Amino acid sequence: MSATAATPVKTLPEHHYLNATYGIRSWLLTVDHKRIALLYLASVTLFFFIGGFFAMMIRLHLLTPSGYLLSADTYNRMFTMHGVAMIFFFLIPSIPAILGNFLIPLMIGAKDLAFPKINLLSWYVYVVGAAFTLYSMVSGGLDTGWTFYTPLSTVYSNSAVAPAVIGVFITGFSSILTGLNFLVTIHTMRAPGMTWFRLPMFVWAHYATSIVMILGTPVIAITLALAGMERLFGLGFFNPAMGGDPILFQHLFWFYSHPAVYIMILPAMGVISELIPTFARKQLFGYHFVAAASLAIAVIGFLVWTHHMFLTGQSTYAALAFSFLTFLVAIPSAVKVFNWTATLYGGSISFDTPMLYAFGFLGLFLIGGLTGLFLGCLGTDIHVHDTYFVVAHFHYIMVGGAIMGYLGGLHFWWPKMTGRMYPEWIARIAALILFVGFNLTFFPQFLLGYLGMPRRYHVYPPEFQVYNVMSTAGASILAIGYLMPMIYLTWAAFFGKVAGNNPWPATGLEWTTQSPPLTENFEVTPVVTWEPYDFHHRPDLGLDVAANGVVSAHGND
Amino acid sequence: MSEQEHSEHIVSPGIYLAIILILLFLTGTTISAAFVNLGRFNIVVALAIATLKATLVVLFFMHAKYSPKRTKLIILAGIFWLALLLFMTLSDYITRVDYRGVRFPISQVIHQLPAQRG
Amino acid sequence: MHRTGELYGQFKTLEQQKESATLGMWIFLITEVMFFGGIMLTYATYRHFYYPAFAVGSNTLSLKLGGFNTVVLLASSFTMAMAVWSSQVGKKTLISIFLLLTITLGFVFFGVKYVEYSQKFHHHLVPGKKFDIFYCVNNPASCPDVDAEELMEESKLLEEAKAADPDLNAHAQLYYSAYFGMTGLHALHMVIGAGLLFWLFTGSLAGKFTPQWNTPVDIVGLYWHFVDIVWIYLFPLLYLIDRHK
Repeated sequence: MSATAATPVKTLPEHHYLNATYGIRSWLLTVDHKRIALLYLASVTLFFFIGGFFAMMIRLHLLTPSGYLLSADTYNRMFTMHGVAMIFFFLIPSIPAILGNFLIPLMIGAKDLAFPKINLLSWYVYVVGAAFTLYSMVSGGLDTGWTFYTPLSTVYSNSAVAPAVIGVFITGFSSILTGLNFLVTIHTMRAPGMTWFRLPMFVWAHYATSIVMILGTPVIAITLALAGMERLFGLGFFNPAMGGDPILFQHLFWFYSHPAVYIMILPAMGVISELIPTFARKQLFGYHFVAAASLAIAVIGFLVWTHHMFLTGQSTYAALAFSFLTFLVAIPSAVKVFNWTATLYGGSISFDTPMLYAFGFLGLFLIGGLTGLFLGCLGTDIHVHDTYFVVAHFHYIMVGGAIMGYLGGLHFWWPKMTGRMYPEWIARIAALILFVGFNLTFFPQFLLGYLGMPRRYHVYPPEFQVYNVMSTAGASILAIGYLMPMIYLTWAAFFGKVAGNNPWPATGLEWTTQSPPLTENFEVTPVVTWEPYDFHHRPDLGLDVAANGVVSAHGND
Repeated sequence: MSEQEHSEHIVSPGIYLAIILILLFLTGTTISAAFVNLGRFNIVVALAIATLKATLVVLFFMHAKYSPKRTKLIILAGIFWLALLLFMTLSDYITRVDYRGVRFPISQVIHQLPAQRG
Repeated sequence: MHRTGELYGQFKTLEQQKESATLGMWIFLITEVMFFGGIMLTYATYRHFYYPAFAVGSNTLSLKLGGFNTVVLLASSFTMAMAVWSSQVGKKTLISIFLLLTITLGFVFFGVKYVEYSQKFHHHLVPGKKFDIFYCVNNPASCPDVDAEELMEESKLLEEAKAADPDLNAHAQLYYSAYFGMTGLHALHMVIGAGLLFWLFTGSLAGKFTPQWNTPVDIVGLYWHFVDIVWIYLFPLLYLIDRHK
């Protein structure tokens, strides 16, 4: 219970979810949300490597302006499959399916999610979809861009479109099932005393994310189904030669794919909302506003999709409306950033690895978000649309934001998931390497885009070479920054220092159980009587509160 | 604590019977209305009747009338999002004006169908 | 597996379990609304652009069969609701009877759909290389099930439409793509529904459903009613375009 034992904890608890049962069947047929989270961790990490491989090919190829490494056709396949692997198979599932699955029942005081078997089903659905997509990759790959624009994808492409479309279609249902499970769980499975406004912000973030998953994913499902039917049976939905409209495809596609970016970022924001109060030892400033902002992002996020289509010849009036709404959607994100900053103010800040990732998130998400405004503004978008400016913008948010949130969360909850701590100093160095590598990779791309280098081209004017070389150099540093946690987190899971229940210490319900938790999470159903992030009224954490109300950065551990 | 469901309200077969009769009547109405030339309003009438039928099914057959507020909110959210998808996309199409001032220009159809690829 | 209405381990009360199952099904139905919504948008867009072709396409559908199917599905919704009622008041035999009726009506629907689809196939109205909206008018001998009077009317409609839209065939194919897409998707959902109903039927024969525990009947009922609602919209959208001509 308390992290302030006079002698440090030396051994893992005798029984926990990892040793409860043995054998491959006990893992492949598990209904324990924690084991399913680890199953997802394995498959999602695999796709991170696959996507990373394609990224490496892109960056290597772009070292020279005239494209010595790959042909145009092959280059198209590289960036397409990088996108498909990273978006559908890494970013979208990452935090919800791993951290969300693991933590939500623990955070609300439940034994499991509402539908454990559906949870397992969602992983299998992911695997089947992944298999189809992998088949597409190895049977020649996909060259249409991850956006599958028609009629290239449905009529003219010579690549393995059909299996990829089927794969992504199937994986969408994994997302839907996860979202459904989370929504029902959060509504019906909260422990006594866990009212809505005592929920950790991580749970609120996943509630908002689940709303987006539920309402958006079915639309891309039907869109891909229609595109697939067009490809396989020669129907004419999106083919101008048969009276179809390619712009209709884009509308349907982006109706999901824009909210999809909120599926990718909201959970990361939820992680940050956990990290900052913990490592500033202060209550989250404006809890209600942050919760409301999560919901606002989820809702307004559905109203802006046409900003991906400003240059398609759409109605000017529609473009105006969507541009205005795009500016509007930045507001709740800004509210969150202000609240996080206000949380830091007057707090006792410590620079543990998760906090380093949180700081990285704050700065990089800010840049990424602000550059989105350039893209949302009709006039400037004409200049930067389909250039590296866009590429840099979304990588700042997705990598600088979402992946930092993911890694910060992984580090923060690694002791809970495995019972063991990762090596702190190596982790801090890795975080720094990642930050430097990231900025070196993607900042030059803002400049490239602004100067006019188009995206998805396998060649570029020679005057852009310097920035491209910088970007590739940064990418190699970034790769090291990613490999390091892969290695030391794996090592730590088996050989790290035993962590105890609450090594940080942090205030959530999940930290009141043993590390790793029991299969049924809690021996006795907890009754919640405290407010979230309330460091002042948690003597069990062993933190000193100074006369001026400032809580000390470290306990007696 | 989890929210408690209201104690189950059992809808009587009498109500179900009334509803199905109304639904059959409305089906007849919608077919008859299709044979009257109302111009652009044919579709409005057809959709209005369909919506009325759907509402009756949702309220009574699916017990939404007797369900907690949360269920009603979910249903409304679903309808609202569908409306978002339909109206915001169609708003692009119907407000287009090309450089000649021609309203909703559409892509020209090429008369030859391309060779199909698998 | 669930045999006697026992509580699943992650739940604390049967009440919580039922609440979760019902909430889960409603949320799933909303995903279905958005799923069908995408193809509805496709239909709406092309109907807006190619109205003459859509009108012509709609008039080639059999109003009798479509109307009959609508009645069949509405009736099956009634029998499903009655099955749920029977489980709520503990009339176990009635549950089985109403479930069987619902399944039967579902199969009647499939039968009619099969007749309609095979008719379309013979009239070269299935999207693909052979699609030809003019087929029956140009080859009356190959369409024996269409009588001379209908052919005359169809011919007139087609001529008017062709004057308005030179690419009538291509656009009519879009109508038929929407028709098969929407009714095919709907039929797929009905097949799944029929499977679920059959599973319920076997459970009802074993006497599993009681007033204390009838959740599966309830939530499958919700699904079945939703499938009915989709058809309530499909029928006027597909069958009732410009019927007054």
